[in-house]
This record gives sequence, structure tokens and C-alpha cells, in this order.
Amino acid sequence: MKKRQSILTDNSRLVMESLAQAGCNVFIGYPITPANYLYKYATQRYDIVQDAPDEITTLQWMAGYAAAGHLPVTATSFPGFALMLESLNMAYMMELPMVAILVQRLGPSTGTATAGAQGDLALLNGMISGGFPLPVLCLSNAKDCWDIPAKAAQIAVELRTPVVILTSKEMMMSLNSFDFSSLKKITPVKRKFYSSEDTYLPYKPGKNLVPEFLPLGDDKHRVRITSSTHDTKGILQHSTPEALGNTVRLHDKIVKNASKLSLYELDEDGGDTLIVSYDVTAEASREAVGMLRSKGKKVSLLVCKTMIPVIKEYNKIISKYKNVVIAEENLTGQLRTLLFGTAGREGVKGVNALGKMISPNDIVREVK
Amino acid sequence: MEHKYISTDVSIFCKGCGHQLIANNTEKALQKLGLKPKDVIFVTDIGCHGILDKISEVHTFHGLHGRSGALAAGAAMGINNPKKKVIVFIGDGGATIGLQHLVDAAVRNVNMTVIIHNNFLYGMTGGQTSGLTPHGFKTETNPDGKQYQNYDLSSMLSNAGGSHVRRLVGMGDFSEELYQAFKVQGFSSVEVMELCPSYGVKFNTGKKVTDFIESAGMEVKLFPEKIRSPYTQNERNIASSLFNDCKAIPVKYKNSLKKPLKIVLSGSAGEGAQLAAELFAEAAVASGLNITKKGSYPVTVGVGFSTAELILSPKDIQYTGIVTPDIFIITSNDGLNHAKAKLSKMKKGILFIDSSLNPVAVDPGVEVIQYKFRELATPRSAIFLALDVLLKYVRVFPAEAFENVIQNSKIGAKFNMEVLKKAEVPKK
Repeated sequence: MKKRQSILTDNSRLVMESLAQAGCNVFIGYPITPANYLYKYATQRYDIVQDAPDEITTLQWMAGYAAAGHLPVTATSFPGFALMLESLNMAYMMELPMVAILVQRLGPSTGTATAGAQGDLALLNGMISGGFPLPVLCLSNAKDCWDIPAKAAQIAVELRTPVVILTSKEMMMSLNSFDFSSLKKITPVKRKFYSSEDTYLPYKPGKNLVPEFLPLGDDKHRVRITSSTHDTKGILQHSTPEALGNTVRLHDKIVKNASKLSLYELDEDGGDTLIVSYDVTAEASREAVGMLRSKGKKVSLLVCKTMIPVIKEYNKIISKYKNVVIAEENLTGQLRTLLFGTAGREGVKGVNALGKMISPNDIVREVK
Repeated sequence: MEHKYISTDVSIFCKGCGHQLIANNTEKALQKLGLKPKDVIFVTDIGCHGILDKISEVHTFHGLHGRSGALAAGAAMGINNPKKKVIVFIGDGGATIGLQHLVDAAVRNVNMTVIIHNNFLYGMTGGQTSGLTPHGFKTETNPDGKQYQNYDLSSMLSNAGGSHVRRLVGMGDFSEELYQAFKVQGFSSVEVMELCPSYGVKFNTGKKVTDFIESAGMEVKLFPEKIRSPYTQNERNIASSLFNDCKAIPVKYKNSLKKPLKIVLSGSAGEGAQLAAELFAEAAVASGLNITKKGSYPVTVGVGFSTAELILSPKDIQYTGIVTPDIFIITSNDGLNHAKAKLSKMKKGILFIDSSLNPVAVDPGVEVIQYKFRELATPRSAIFLALDVLLKYVRVFPAEAFENVIQNSKIGAKFNMEVLKKAEVPKK
């Protein structure tokens, strides 16, 4: 066993170092609380850091850098993310790898910048026009803040897609002691560019439905990248079968590769009660499970880390339980609605809060 | 002719559209420039001009309406190669919604050329008024003529610092002017003035493009050229790891904690609550404890309350919130006002409160210790003194650990350590 090496840090440092080690080399920033620590760390660590004049420019520059072969990152909160939405749709359609970190804070609108929340999952689920899934991975503790960002970078490259890392204020800004020796080594993401002599078709489906990538400005092959409905050549089309087939492929590419995205934590203990949570409330849920078990209550825990697409394992796990308690720091139960729709399911209830963290006791009370 | 950049033998625009003329002149200018097609990147967006992609023989990058300026800037900065030519095609509508992108690219002097297809209206959507529509020009949405003046885009781009900015009337052969712009290393733009044959001509019968240029007072010229270096990506002096300045903290002290201890500090912004809590956290780690520290303050940062929540534990900490503190420290009125709700939940534990504050009602189970933190240590160090007194009173870990961390911190040289060392311990 390695000797414990305690460091004192916020998790923003873990996230940004993880991404850097995975191969992300560009950070485009526009300041917003509570994502500012991420921006600050990027300026210390990334090869290229650009201070964009707004969040639309941020995503556009990221798309430009990504098209040129870089792996860009940004970090923001809802007000900034809202401005990025159209451009994220663009990057999704163009199939450009990049990572956007969304640090949730209390809304609606400008809300309270220095208060945490888990209010943006519903938005993320519907953010791509047409209901297409853009991968969203969520951080539930310090360990995730190291492991998952590198995974997000890998998925962005392997699936040629933007990936969102979902987190929230306390997860990114609180200071905690952390065992440095527990950090796993991160393998840099390998970038493999199209190398054949044959004419390059930028949207010809390759392995796992992912087209091979080639940076804009390549000396040998012409590269066409577009956000409009297009054929495999990257030429704008109205609605030809080939072009619509390409659009369907964008959906299938994510859904059929969902196994690469399957990240969750399951701690089963028999019984018929399951607590489900994500993000900052996952920690309260873990503590609640410990408290309940210490009193002899059999209770299981599912911490969702892959939020979008909703992976089939979740339904499989949840269907085994008569009682399901879903804990999340929002008013309406966004994960609950994502999993069960507005009709819900018998035996499913939520623990919700607005403007304050959900405590382990809040969850324990609901399980009893 | 060795290469072809645009297949201009096919006309893709409406009959009489100036966009076709721009395509033809671009082809001619690029022929003169002599770059390989693989060294040229066309960046287009939504607008009639955007259909140029399909007859282009160069790299194409087609994005959102009006965002091609930013998309191209990202690509040009990402490619960072003076041998590659990035050319943006944008309409006057796109230039309106994406104005800041163009201004920003000019400010940075990004290595790209922007060709603005200024036909005074949104052609693709039916002829609506744009920001570049001149005063008096009739459109579908302003049938009586626009009532106010247009943005003078070229003046703005020139004032922003673009190396080479030109406005011209889109007639005949202007390939030489485009060639001059393409040759520039840095930001260049050519605003080509034209009339949309489908809407501009229809709504403004008998008028010529020059009539509107003249009445708007827009100058057709090459604006004063700026001798500036183009944007280049310089190598940054960066850390090899973010952990370089976040070293492991060796355990030098012992602690007596058997279960988690929850402490809330509540003071005023600018009086060091967050820093005191961070240094306290470091001392706790140096005493073999796990710790979390959560800060809370208004968005304005420099005024009002500032609170920090500390959880110390011999075991791993999961939930980082504090519903009911074991120890509350209040050193100012701002802190007291913010603390009231949480304070009312305390049924036991200790409240350290500055003597200058009005008495506060607490549960009888809470031990109240009044102490002249502000008077003895000055308001800026009051929370440091309070934490030091807490350690000497509760003895979770040695106060020496905290004092040493302060001494070795960025505030160590100026901090009055004597105040801490001489602090009297309240009697139990």
C-alpha cells in the first residue's frame, strides 16, 4: 500500500490537471463564478489560453482550434453555457472534439452566482436540436474529478464529439484534503489522423460510426467541415437520403457507443430500497447510506456519472427496487424526470432542495 | 492555370448578384497570389454567400450565421501558420450579428481576410433590414426606408486596428484589391458594396448602389494601413504540473479528534475569513486530519459577510455541508447577521463571539465565549486569533501547528504573531 500523501486542494485543480495530462492543450475562457478556478489553473498549465470576449466567441474559437487539430477546453456556468448552446450544436454537427465544463449554480437566470445547484440536467438532455444526445459526464467526488475529465477527453476524440463535464459550485470550489498517492496514472489520448492516399471524405462513417479526422489546412487532402445538413463529402444538402443518413448517424454514433460511456457507482446491500444521486448530492447520499446501514437498514446506492445518454444499465438496476429515492439539489427532480418521465413510477420519490445542499439527514428521513 | 480555387464556370447565385462577381474576383486574386488550394481555407456561414462552399476547391469551414469571423479566428490561431490563408465570406446581416467577432479579430490582428458582401439587407430570408442598411434604403421590413444610419463597418474595423481595411463598389474587376488584401499578414478586410437583385433593386427602383454610399457618407477607399505584427501564438511559460505548487503536507503534529468536528467562521468580507480557514485547514492536515473547507460570500466579494465552513475528521469526509456546527466563531456584525439562522439550530457546542457585538440569544446548551478578538488583534486578524484561541481551548491539535502555518504563509512576514502567542485561554 502506498504511503498516504495528503495535499490540500480544490477539485478544480484535479480536473484541469487531468485534462491536461489527457492531452487537452487549449483553454478558451470567459470568466464566470463558480468556474473561475478552472480558468485560473488553465492559465498556469495549458499551452494555449485565450481570453474570449464572450461565450459565443469562446465556443467558436474552440471549434476553430478543434478543426485545426487541437483539443480545446472551456469552463462556464449556466449563463455562459446558454450562450454556447447554438455553437455546441454546431460543434456537434461538425463532429469536433472538445470538452466543456459546466459548473452549476443557483438559477434561474443570473440567480445566485456563489450558491450551488443541480439545475441544468434537463437543459443538457434537450440541448441538441432534434433531441440528439451529447455525452454528459458528471463528477461525484474528488476521485471522479481526476478520473472522469481524462475519460471525457478520450471520448471527445474517440467519438469526434463535444463532451460536457457536469459539476457544481461546491464540487469545484471547496477545499479538501486529498491523498495524492491515490491518483491513477493518466494515459494521454492518442490522436490518429486520416493517413490514406485515397480521397478524404470527412463524414464517411468509420469504425464505430465515427468518421476519421483530419485537421483543416491539411497539405494533402481537402477538408470540409460544416454545421449544415451535409453528405459524406461535407457538402451542404437539403434532405437527400445520404445527408439525412449522416444526420441519423450522429445520433447512432453516441447511442451505439454508449458502452464506452458507461460510468456509474453501484453499492448494493440487498433490501428493496435504492438511493439514486449524482454530482454534489452523491456525497450526502453515500453518507446517508452509511448512517442507514449502521442502524440495520438495508439500502443500496446508485451514483450516476454518465448522465447523457441515459445508459440502459440504470433502468436495469432501478427496476429491481421497489423503493427508489432520488436525491438532487433542484426543485423539480430533473434526474427523476429523465429516468421516469413526468408520470413517475410507483415507489419512486425525490429528495430535493433549492439554494442549500441536501444533507445526509434529509435523505435518511425520506428512506425511513 | 495550374490550380482552381473556385469553379466559377458555374453561376450559383441569382442573376445579376454581386456575390458571383466576388467569387470570380476571388478566384482571379487567388490565381495571382499563387498559393496551393490546400493552403487556402474558406470560412463561410449562413447567408447567400455561404453556398460558395460547394463550388470551392479549397478547404471549407461552414458555420453559424454571423459567427464565421470568430470561427475563422479560432481556425487561424489554431493553424498558426503564415503560409496558410484563411478567407472569411460574410454578409452584412452576418456582420451585424457577428460584429464583435470581426472587431475582435481586427484588434488582435488575426491572420485572416474578411470579405463582407454588403448588399444592405438579409437576402436569404426575404430582404430585411440589417445593421449595415443605409439611411433611406427600403427593405421588406422598412418599406418607407430605414430611419437611421448604418454602422460604418470598415471605419470600425480600421479603428480597431485591422492592418488593411478597404471598402469598394462591387463592379467590374476588383481582383487586384482582393489580391492586396490576401497578401497581408494580419487582419485585412474588403467591404464590397452591392445591390441584391432580388430585393434591393425591387424595393429601391431606379437607385444605384453609389447613391446610398454617397448619401450615407461612406468612403470608398483603402483606409490608412497599420504596420502591426499579426497575431502569433507564442510559447507560454507554463507549469509541468498543477501539483508543482501543491505539495504533500507532512504530518508533524498529533490530534485528539475521534469524530468529525464542524466549525463555522462568520465575519466580514476583507477580514481574512477565507484565508484564515485555509491556513487552519493546512494545519489540520499537518496534524493528520482530513478536512474540507467551504466558502460563502456575496457575489460582490469585497463587502458584506464572509463565512467559511470547516469539517475536520480523522476519517474521510463525504458530505461537505454543515447543518449544525459544533463550534461557531463570529467576529463581526456582518458575520452575526448572516449566522443567525444557522446559530438558531445549535443546541450544544461552543460559540466564540467578539465582545463588541450585541448579545445574541442561543440555546442554553451552547457555551458562549465572548472575547476581544477585534480589539486585541485588529479586525483583519480577529478570525486568526479566534481560531488560535479555539485550538488552545478545545485542543483538537496544537495551536503551534496553526501558528507555524501562518508564519510560513504569504502573510507571515507582516502578521503579528505575538497577539496569538500571548492570547489568554478562556477558563472552562
